[in-house]
Amino acid sequence: MSTRTLPLLFINLGGEMLYILDQRLRAQNIPADKAKKVMNDIISTMFNKKFLEELFKPQELYSKKALRTVFDRLAHASIMRLNQASMDKLYDLMTMAFKYQVLLCTRPKDILLVSFNHMDAIKEFVKDSPSILSQVDETFRQLIEMYTPLSSGEFQLIRQTLLIFFQDMHIRVSIFLKDKVQNSNGRFVLPTSGPVPYGTQIPGLIRIFSCTGEEVNRLQFTNGGNYTSALREGSFEIFGDRVTKLGTNMYSVCRPVETHMSGTSKNSVSTAPNPLAKEELNLLARLMGGLEIHKAGNSDSGFRVNLFNTDEEEEEALSLRPDELCYGVISIQATKDQQANAELSKIMEEFSESGDQCPSSSSKGDDLLAMMDGL
Amino acid sequence: MFHKEKSIQIKNSASALYNNLSVLRIAPRKLTYFTVVHANVVNMVSASWDGLNYSHRQLQSKEPNVATSTSLIMQASFCVLPSRELLVVTSQKGIQMYESDGSIMVYWHALDTPETPTAQAVFARGISAVWDNYICVGVSSGSILVFDIPSKGSNITLSEVLEEHKEPITDMASECSGSQECIADMVSADDGGNLCLWKAGEEFHLLNKIPGFDMTCSSVKLWKGTVAAGYGTGQIRLYEAVTGILHVEINAHARWINSLDIAPFSGLLLSAAEDSLVRVWHMSLTPETNSVEVAHLHNECVTDTQICGARFCDDDGYAFAVTGYDLSEIIRYTQT
Repeated sequence: MSTRTLPLLFINLGGEMLYILDQRLRAQNIPADKAKKVMNDIISTMFNKKFLEELFKPQELYSKKALRTVFDRLAHASIMRLNQASMDKLYDLMTMAFKYQVLLCTRPKDILLVSFNHMDAIKEFVKDSPSILSQVDETFRQLIEMYTPLSSGEFQLIRQTLLIFFQDMHIRVSIFLKDKVQNSNGRFVLPTSGPVPYGTQIPGLIRIFSCTGEEVNRLQFTNGGNYTSALREGSFEIFGDRVTKLGTNMYSVCRPVETHMSGTSKNSVSTAPNPLAKEELNLLARLMGGLEIHKAGNSDSGFRVNLFNTDEEEEEALSLRPDELCYGVISIQATKDQQANAELSKIMEEFSESGDQCPSSSSKGDDLLAMMDGL
Repeated sequence: MFHKEKSIQIKNSASALYNNLSVLRIAPRKLTYFTVVHANVVNMVSASWDGLNYSHRQLQSKEPNVATSTSLIMQASFCVLPSRELLVVTSQKGIQMYESDGSIMVYWHALDTPETPTAQAVFARGISAVWDNYICVGVSSGSILVFDIPSKGSNITLSEVLEEHKEPITDMASECSGSQECIADMVSADDGGNLCLWKAGEEFHLLNKIPGFDMTCSSVKLWKGTVAAGYGTGQIRLYEAVTGILHVEINAHARWINSLDIAPFSGLLLSAAEDSLVRVWHMSLTPETNSVEVAHLHNECVTDTQICGARFCDDDGYAFAVTGYDLSEIIRYTQT
């Protein structure tokens, strides 16, 4: 569907990841300098110029697994380490938060305002680091340039593409349950009250016109909701009031989050092998070639962050996690990354030259897949 | 005036797409077929009228002969011609036509897809049977493909390409009243809300263009010379097809409208939107003054569901069916 969806998916999921990590770093009393380093490293990796060049090229969305791999690497772009249960939970929280935002957008173009809320917050995270800030600003300008001219129909296609990506994910998140925006079955609550979208009138009026265009009759009807007039339109400039709160930071140290996996989620990931896997891995490998991974360095400067209250909880979560929710997680050892990157790009070169003619190209795709799993 | 019936379970949930429900009544066998699109699969259910038998079938958007290509489906719709009934499925790769029970694919038309993806996505969307022997399908470039359908067999040919729309086609509909007196045979709508009215024939002729206002028209119907159009603003507009005169404007929904339908015998109009509401309206024509009036009849709220498909199950509008994003069921309502 829309070939312009990937940048928005990446930036919004990345933004949610940063909110959660920021909260966990503070909750676990990680020293300020280390916490700052983690945030800065991840943000500068996210907004790496080469990486974004690839990201902004028109393309289809990746599979869930491929995108998860990208975020696994991104989360480990600094001295912080997450084990599998914490990474699973982080990814669940990120995806459910963005699904909520996409679903609750009152009109398709609001997705851009949600993205700008994330961008505004990311700029705030790196406000003391001029070079990273300018990287983020550059992307901000790119987003404005690419997306603000799009029509309502194009935004709706982007939104439909995102909703297909998030389809059948019903993981329950404590913060949403507490705020009563998510039901116990994992579905989000859709309000039938509050302001209508910008450009929409409150339902309830039928106007009838004569052949000459005069209004000859007005009829009212009950709209079954409790709507109010539209708010002013949010700002699509680099600075400004986005009006919508979707995409702003909902976490704080005193408001930790939990996910509940039990029995409510339904696996939507097609069980059939994805025939596009090969193509997708090509793209992914190219993207990863552009990702500069910071070495973890010596182990004493690195540290582990836990998305759970205690290590015991974390272990339990991993053992209790239903199989259908496992992403086939790839463990990443940062010290091998440089070498792996070089290998990947070498393979990529071979691949693009001989891929089409080579009769064994499909097995090569498998090799690449195996290799990525082995990373 | 309507009450909820037992729902029909489907194998996969519905995707958020325009007009994501199609219904075909097979009266001789006392069956109704339903189709709902889920990503790259069409879920098909055949339901017996006594509610005792349901059989399921799933169609993949597979390009014939190329085992490795699947693509997302944009729409699935039954097309009823006097001589035969077909199920038409449109995707990012092309157009598939099946026998109405989904058993045999009788035709495949590939879209021109660029080797590397372009900013403008490629897909087909908007499906309508017109006259005795045409099926029209819209494309993301704005073109409308006219296929000539023989009364049987697979000798389907692309007879004409209509180039009037500049933006992706969203939906198309033919005159549903069956009246021979209506001048316009088909209406087409696009992402910019522009509507085109067509006279069908060996060559299709453009009768009229109704300009949009940069807001998507996601669903359109044509009944007794009146166009009913649903928009992203939640509005419904009724135009006289041939002149483009606006007769009625309804502030109908608080969110994007995803589907409209008309029951041709009774003039009932069904509208469904992302605001989780389905509304039933009654349209009446006054031929003497050449005017159309609308009255609101009924609301149904499908709690916490963005409705993406709504269709009457019969020509009188005695019953209708509804699906929504992430919902693995078809909800039915019947008049009391």
